[in-house]
Amino acid sequence: MIVELGHFALLLALCVACVQGASVLLCRGLDEAEMSARRLATRAAHLQMALLLLAFLALAYAFYVSDFSVALVHANSHLAKPTIYKLAGVWGNHEGSMLLWVLMLAAYGAAFARFSHRLPDGFVGRSLMVQGWLGMAFLAFLIFTSNPFLRLDPAPFEGRGLTPILQDPALAAHPPLLYGGYVGFSLCFAFAIAALMQREVGRDWAQWVRPWILLAWISLTLGIALGSFWAYYELGWGGFWFWDPVENASLMPWLSGTALLHSALVMEKRRALVRWTLLLAILTFALSLSGTFLVRSGVLTSVHAFANDPARGVFILAILALFTGGGLALYAHRLPGLAAERGFVPVSREGFLLLNNVFLATATVTVFLGTIYPLVLDALALGKISVGAPYFNAVFAPLTLPFLLLMPLAPLMGWRQAMFMDGLQKLGAAALAALLVTGGFLLLRGDAPILPLLLLAASLWLVFGALTDLGVKLRPWMAGRMGARAWPSAGLFAAPLAHAGLGVMLVGVIAASVWRVEKVVAAAPGTRVDIAGYSLRYDGVRDLEGPNYRAETARLVYLNGSMAGAQLFPERRFYQAERGQTTEAAITKNLAGHLYAVIGEPVDDKRVLRIWYHPLVALIWLGGVLMALGGSFALRARIGKQCGAA
Amino acid sequence: MSQDLRPLKINQAKKKRLMVIAAGLVFLALAATLALTALEDNIVFFRSPSDIAATPPAPGEAIRIGGLVRNGSVTRDGLDVQFAVTDLAHDVSVAYRGMLPDLFREGQGVVVEGRFGAQGNFVADTVLAKHDETYMPPEVADALKAAGKYNPETTPYNAPDIDAHNMKGAAQ
Repeated sequence: MIVELGHFALLLALCVACVQGASVLLCRGLDEAEMSARRLATRAAHLQMALLLLAFLALAYAFYVSDFSVALVHANSHLAKPTIYKLAGVWGNHEGSMLLWVLMLAAYGAAFARFSHRLPDGFVGRSLMVQGWLGMAFLAFLIFTSNPFLRLDPAPFEGRGLTPILQDPALAAHPPLLYGGYVGFSLCFAFAIAALMQREVGRDWAQWVRPWILLAWISLTLGIALGSFWAYYELGWGGFWFWDPVENASLMPWLSGTALLHSALVMEKRRALVRWTLLLAILTFALSLSGTFLVRSGVLTSVHAFANDPARGVFILAILALFTGGGLALYAHRLPGLAAERGFVPVSREGFLLLNNVFLATATVTVFLGTIYPLVLDALALGKISVGAPYFNAVFAPLTLPFLLLMPLAPLMGWRQAMFMDGLQKLGAAALAALLVTGGFLLLRGDAPILPLLLLAASLWLVFGALTDLGVKLRPWMAGRMGARAWPSAGLFAAPLAHAGLGVMLVGVIAASVWRVEKVVAAAPGTRVDIAGYSLRYDGVRDLEGPNYRAETARLVYLNGSMAGAQLFPERRFYQAERGQTTEAAITKNLAGHLYAVIGEPVDDKRVLRIWYHPLVALIWLGGVLMALGGSFALRARIGKQCGAA
Repeated sequence: MSQDLRPLKINQAKKKRLMVIAAGLVFLALAATLALTALEDNIVFFRSPSDIAATPPAPGEAIRIGGLVRNGSVTRDGLDVQFAVTDLAHDVSVAYRGMLPDLFREGQGVVVEGRFGAQGNFVADTVLAKHDETYMPPEVADALKAAGKYNPETTPYNAPDIDAHNMKGAAQ
């Protein structure tokens, strides 16, 4: 009954999305057509969101009570599964995750409708109309190719279970965060289309779009960081980023979304880069869509590609072509009619932000090339190839260096016109600190190739440069000139935090790649293993019974240093229901480095042990969190400003 | 455009714009060269055991081979493992040192990445297997199909819920 209710709500949501998509057309010719269209679209957006929430809750309920008469629950759940993974299983499969996708799309639409009361009718109405089109397309996709509410008759007694490596808390939160980013960029797309339809793009537009870019960007940043952390501890081979096509699919919208974030700033402050910003808004969402297409169509073999149904791939490809092609066609058509924009001089804040965009756009194209090229070759039957980490590392390292060197200067440059040397002078101390710390690394950790060392120094210079920038901004408060009661605005912290976050992340990436130590041994119980100054004793393996798995657990004991006596328990788990197996790494975490141990198969009376030392690896995710925090400060400042103005 | 009013200024602006465009093009060309060189150096081709029997690759060239682990071919000596990858028409014998991925089994699909040595022995630096008994890497299915040995009834393939992640089991 509840499942039927959910199914019905889903079908109704499609009808409501159609009304939302047709709102402008329906209200044509009425008195005050724009206001009516806006009202109609606003109500439709709220209703669509409520209906989809109902559908989602109904599906979650079916998973919660393990209703195996629902085909999706049967295929992806199991009675023995812990409740949290029954619920996370709602989006741990193709149909459910697409339902989450459309729910978030509707939620963004409803949130925009709710918080846009001071924006003009024509703009809000048209933006919501475009959101309605997106809703129609994806709801049709969901209902006609991947309906989550299909029943099985007779109902089976037991489900087939969820792929074991997905039964993990980080993975429960990863898809909603990632989708929060992908889908958030739909609003930027809708804004761009609405503005192009109206032939009106002013500085206001940038002001309206920035909070939504920020929200999507924060969500995507956290989603990617969490996915990387999960891959690090769950896959059991010690890496944090694999340049896997599925990861690249999320990195591309992040790169172009970051570019959009900065170009919208130039547009807002200086009324420049208007056309470029509009194009980026369209392309960023197009990249989000292609990410969804790559992951959902089965083009890539991946843990994310839950099903290989060609009809689905073709459907998503059609949606992608329709919205990207339509958006770009409208853009090309309306471009000549847009008002002229201002130029600017190269040495200025906006000049540096332009460089930022050049770099990020190049980076996006680079990732796109490496991700798409094997697919194109395969599709043309020109051979099967793989493009892996070596390609991306070879391109990214030299590309990033000049960008990192210039980045700390940008926030110290004034708008309109600035002096290069003024900025450079303020950063003298930062440069010195970066060189000293790099030297410290060399002394402590040993020699390294020149390119990573340069990158390390540049990343440190970015961190110290961001601190310098914060110091400059906070000087009036430090000197007590602002009076005791006035607090610095949240916006002051945004760029320094986000930039420092990137630097911190890169320091972690470089240190953990260059100075990581790895040891693989076949060990009998009692064997001693020495790695990175630690000594460990292997005590053998025993069997363990989990809630829905059996496990072999090994014990490793630290013999020396401050860790003496501490134990590590790496596991191998066997999930009977899913007939799958996972490696659970045991990790000693501290800021200086992670000791990471996994066990392998038995060899005679011995066990294969694989142990890594990853120096400073935690900085990678700490940096991601700092970036998201910086974004949150910017968002906070923006919302504060709007409330203050009301 | 008020060309006739301030021709000098317009020219300067044009010149400046040209400079910016030229700088952009130079940067783009550099980036493109970088990307294409990197692509050329780092592509890894996929070969089936039959391809290799027909046209043996040069020693030292990085390739991927997909197939099944031949029954009874796995021998271990501590960390050193030897096994044969087969598409049921031809075999390639593979040497590997390190930890094998979960569910590396005789008779199951596997993808190995590595190089042929001077003596014609293949040394793998990566062994990719899978986490799920019903899954077969598409490369392996294709290799078997090409050799005419693919049988969906007897070979346990194609549950698609697995990742390139999971497939990169052992040492990089």
